[in-house]
Amino acid sequence: MTGIIGAVLQVVLVAAGAPLLVGLMRQVRARAEGRAGAGILQPWRDLRKLLRKEPITPHGTGPLFRMAPLLLAGTTLVVAAMIPLVTTRSPLDGAADLFAVTALLALGTVALALAGLDTGTAFGGMGASREMVVLALVEPTILLSTFAMSVRVGSTNLGAIVTSVLDDPQQVVFPASLLALVALVVVVIAEAGRIPVDNPSTHLELTMIHEAMVLEYAGPDLALVEWASAMRLTVLLGLLAGLFAPWGIAVDSPAMLPVGAAAIAAKVAVAGAALAAAEVFMAKLRMFRVPELLAGSFVLALFAVASSFFLVAP
Amino acid sequence: MRDLFRKIRKTGRVAQDAPRAPEPVLPERARDLGGSVQIRHVDAGSCNGCEVEIASAFGPVYDAERYGARQVASPRHADALLVTGPVTRNMEMALRRTYEAVPEPKVVIALGDCARNCGVFAEAYGVVGAVGDVVPVDLEIPGCPPEPEAIVAALRGLTGR
Repeated sequence: MTGIIGAVLQVVLVAAGAPLLVGLMRQVRARAEGRAGAGILQPWRDLRKLLRKEPITPHGTGPLFRMAPLLLAGTTLVVAAMIPLVTTRSPLDGAADLFAVTALLALGTVALALAGLDTGTAFGGMGASREMVVLALVEPTILLSTFAMSVRVGSTNLGAIVTSVLDDPQQVVFPASLLALVALVVVVIAEAGRIPVDNPSTHLELTMIHEAMVLEYAGPDLALVEWASAMRLTVLLGLLAGLFAPWGIAVDSPAMLPVGAAAIAAKVAVAGAALAAAEVFMAKLRMFRVPELLAGSFVLALFAVASSFFLVAP
Repeated sequence: MRDLFRKIRKTGRVAQDAPRAPEPVLPERARDLGGSVQIRHVDAGSCNGCEVEIASAFGPVYDAERYGARQVASPRHADALLVTGPVTRNMEMALRRTYEAVPEPKVVIALGDCARNCGVFAEAYGVVGAVGDVVPVDLEIPGCPPEPEAIVAALRGLTGR
């Protein structure tokens, strides 16, 4: 019972909270730049207005173009229900394998990349090819670094990993966990399309990655894409928080669910604000430097796996 | 990085206090938009004077973004076209196509005297006409170039904030 309520709570929290997270991050950035900022509710206002607008299907696009936003939002919602955010007892826990989570997130990305190609515009194709470069470099790192976490537990199930960290909090400061944490942070930034890999607020088509693929979306479709992108960022930050700071997650008692919800909301808000504050100090990397950054994080993940075998605490 | 951090702390907030909200210029549009206007800027042949003023309207001091206006990269994402300059022959078709690419309901803002009535470029050989001769204009912002305050006031009239 805890599991079902917890999973519903997770989905509602991610769906409603994701635009607020984006609003919070923009607000932090605005304040650092000396601006007043539009308020954390602005992304919800944008979405409400986009839903009222006319949907446009560009001439020559097929069903893929209409399906991609649905697939992107759908896969993200499934991931939000699966992974341990509020509770480790999600009814989908059996599927909450880290391979399944990675594959679901990749499915959404690939769908959007195909939609970008489907428009037939130069920028759509360019964005799709860049997204695939980033995806191909990011996926192995996600798998390796969560693998480093799962060696100790003997299972790739995310719920089991989180429960084991809860039982033995010392694990978080082991070299394997710390290396995996750094690798995963880089990967989350790349996957969510934030600075220094991609700039979500750019107007220059030549520097775009994610934005270039969605240039042709309008109205409700665009609302779905933006909402789904915000949810992906939330889910990825939530996964980071769950793996490396799982305190507050409800395990058995339903009474812990409100605590779990408050804890994950606070953790994701702090992580998002820290990310936005760090972005102020950074410039976007040139596209050719991005593989170097991601290769670096892959090496860290590799070290994490190695150390999880060799540097085992007595 | 330490220098930047010190600068951020020392500078603090540079955004001016918000003046009183102006009357909505297009009340029924402002209701539809609900406090959020995405703007696509089209330079139809401007001298770039208006662009400088737009940049400062969206800069830290005037901060048009706090009223819910935001510039976007694609006309498909936009609610409003912000057109500057007299429409030159080379930009006529581009402006028409950009207008068609914007999803309904849409607003066209003619910014600056050139966009309103060709200004100093009236009857020049490369100029087709004012923005109103090519696409229907809903809102005009006079000035050569208009001050950032005027641009922000016009955008606030659209967002209703």
